[in-house]
Amino acid sequence: MLARVANTMYWMNRYIERAENYARFMDVNYNLSLELPPNESEQWKPLVLATGDWDLYESLYAHAEKNQVIFFLGFDINNPNSIYSCISNARENARAIRSEITKEVWEQINHLYFLVKEGVEKKRYKSKNLRQFFTEIKNGCQLLYGMFDATLSRTESWHFGKLGQVIERADKTSRVLDVKYHILLSSPKEVGSSLDLIQWAALLKSVSAYDMYRKKHGKLNAATIAEFLILDTAFPRSILACLVHAEISLNAISGSSVGFTNPAQKQLGLLKSQLEFAAINDIIEQGMHEYLDDFQRKLNAISSAIYESFFVIDQVT
Amino acid sequence: MLIFKKMQDSCILYLLINVSFLMPKIKFTNYEIKGFYDEMFNEHHKVRPNYKLFKERLERMGHKKLNTLQHATDRAQLSLGMTFNVYNDNQGTERILHLDIIPKIIGKNEWTHLEKGLQQRIKALNLFIQDLYNDQKVLKDGIIPKELIFSSAAYLKQLQGFKPPKDIWCHITGSDLIKGADGQYYVLEDNLRCPSGVSYMLENREILKRTFPELFEKLDVRPVYNYTHILRDSLEFLTEIDNPNVVVLTPGIYNSAYFEHSYLAQQMGAELVEGRDLIVKDDIVYMITTHGLKQVDVIYRRVDDDFIDPLVFNKNSLLGTPGLFNAYLKGNVVLVNAPGTGVVDDKAVYAYVPRIIKYYLGEDMILPNVKTYICAEEQDCKYVLENLHNLVVKQTDASGGYGMLIGPKSTKSEHEEFRKKIKNNPRNYIAQPMINLSRVPTLTGDTIEGRHVDLRPYALYGKDIKIIPGALTRVALNKGSIVVNSSQGGGSKDTWVLNH
Repeated sequence: MLARVANTMYWMNRYIERAENYARFMDVNYNLSLELPPNESEQWKPLVLATGDWDLYESLYAHAEKNQVIFFLGFDINNPNSIYSCISNARENARAIRSEITKEVWEQINHLYFLVKEGVEKKRYKSKNLRQFFTEIKNGCQLLYGMFDATLSRTESWHFGKLGQVIERADKTSRVLDVKYHILLSSPKEVGSSLDLIQWAALLKSVSAYDMYRKKHGKLNAATIAEFLILDTAFPRSILACLVHAEISLNAISGSSVGFTNPAQKQLGLLKSQLEFAAINDIIEQGMHEYLDDFQRKLNAISSAIYESFFVIDQVT
Repeated sequence: MLIFKKMQDSCILYLLINVSFLMPKIKFTNYEIKGFYDEMFNEHHKVRPNYKLFKERLERMGHKKLNTLQHATDRAQLSLGMTFNVYNDNQGTERILHLDIIPKIIGKNEWTHLEKGLQQRIKALNLFIQDLYNDQKVLKDGIIPKELIFSSAAYLKQLQGFKPPKDIWCHITGSDLIKGADGQYYVLEDNLRCPSGVSYMLENREILKRTFPELFEKLDVRPVYNYTHILRDSLEFLTEIDNPNVVVLTPGIYNSAYFEHSYLAQQMGAELVEGRDLIVKDDIVYMITTHGLKQVDVIYRRVDDDFIDPLVFNKNSLLGTPGLFNAYLKGNVVLVNAPGTGVVDDKAVYAYVPRIIKYYLGEDMILPNVKTYICAEEQDCKYVLENLHNLVVKQTDASGGYGMLIGPKSTKSEHEEFRKKIKNNPRNYIAQPMINLSRVPTLTGDTIEGRHVDLRPYALYGKDIKIIPGALTRVALNKGSIVVNSSQGGGSKDTWVLNH
């Protein structure tokens, strides 16, 4: 397939995944802010930190205050990663590869676009019922995931889309865990207090992991939660599960399933094995932040390698 | 209980029938013809034979039903994504080209005349272009002034001595025709560069088939669906390679006709590429795929000459591919339409087409031109400047309804503005008498009124010249307007060519 089309497909899926994650992060934090005791200050800065756009935020706003963070992450045209920007980009991408996707997918992306566009125009960030907006975005994105799986042929094109989706998902899970884990463990609150429990539960909900975690482990516990989000093989948003799916798609694209034929395949295989054979205690001993930081660097390198291997042509060869 | 339910149902049914009796039926008693040529009614307000069945169908229908059908049509267009961008609108607004559900209907004899006229015209123009870039006999014989050709920006010197595969230059043509008050068809403009709008012809038909299914059978309307098949065949005809790699080259999603580009690619099973998807090595064109380079054999390009290759033409163009033109000259890739055909679209050259046809074919022109005054010629120019208020003035190198003055409908200051422009650069202008375009009944809110239309049929030049039996009928939706361009408040209609 055309390299540009593959690239567009890859990014269209990343943008949708990113928008859905942002909507969920904010929804959970918004909900949490309603349950906090009066003397406890709301935590909106970590949310911006988790998106990696703190520098941009600081240049635009004076304080990390609820309304501003929600506007910045949801509706701000000046933030290239806001929900608004992501959905708009996804739609531009869909238009550019209209003949590559189905009518169902195209119409749903259009629908999502008009939803956020109207959200900005009608200033829904000022609405009391903001959670309704987040829910609409989440549902809209999830509907798209379903349409992708139910209406598109499993061709190279689909695999590039899937690759974009799971790489974005692994990135977001690792970032939320990184920021929240650090804050929660270093806070002076009593471990196991009710406030502490609410916060850990919120972390799980941020990545839609609460129900599945409870089903598997029952009790909330820092190490087990970290293990679930990084190493669980069955939960679809755990970092390892994302890498497993990424590898399946990358192998299909590369046309080989043993060893590697390009740098992207090599790096992804190495990173996946590293996680496959890691134990949570080793990670905690090494330092959670250091571990996740290293993971994100390697994931970025894989993303660059995918770009180099498939989306641009080597002028020399 | 069951009996009661049934009674209730039949009561409701009864009510519905009664109510539908109360709905106003469509009547044409107040329909005004006003001295224009109306396609449905003759001057005595009698329905023309082509429209007899259609009119009867409308008259059996209430206004409400008709509006429902129109509404369903609007929705169908939106969900198909049949949108276009408007150049002068910096909001990047996407609009729908409004489709009016009352078609333009053309009878068999009328069509045969159009078909012959267009085939003759295209054949002659193709010979003319080949001559201009090779022997230039037409210039040596003084049929058309040299200066006129060499001063045209669309004449590409780089092509002198070049002959394209099978000697075909204008593979796809979409000439604009109009019908005057005399009921006669005229050619208003030639579009040999990158004629657009064919996707609307095809999609309009799909939609109208759902709107009036029974009429298509009864009227024996000729199908247009095979356009994309014939197009693909005529593209493959240009190369000796088996199973050639055919692509559609688009400027990208911001182009006003992007919908059409992606539509045609999809329908032809061709890859839709942008300039940056292509790369030229050793005068061979490749497309960049995820698994390396793949050679391209035929390019149906919807990018203008000026932008196809920054090495040869517009240096700032990001839409093109460096080296593409040279690969074309070497015969390693086919470009469709051929570069350099735009010289015929020049509105000053248009005035000479009757003479061009006579010169190459020895025949009289079947489809006449509109009387044209060439401002580059002294006497004509004088006449134009004295009669601006009666004439339509056009810039010779503009299209899409831009750069135009409609004398009778403009203000004094607009006349003055054009007077200055013409005096400064007479070569750049022509003028034509204002033609009262024919009208077709059109839905306008709650009534049906006559609106002015033109006609753009599509011709494909492959093994022979085929005119697809249909067209894009463009309609000026605003009352009294004669500007049918989509960028200026025009809409469209389906065009039915009858088999009898």
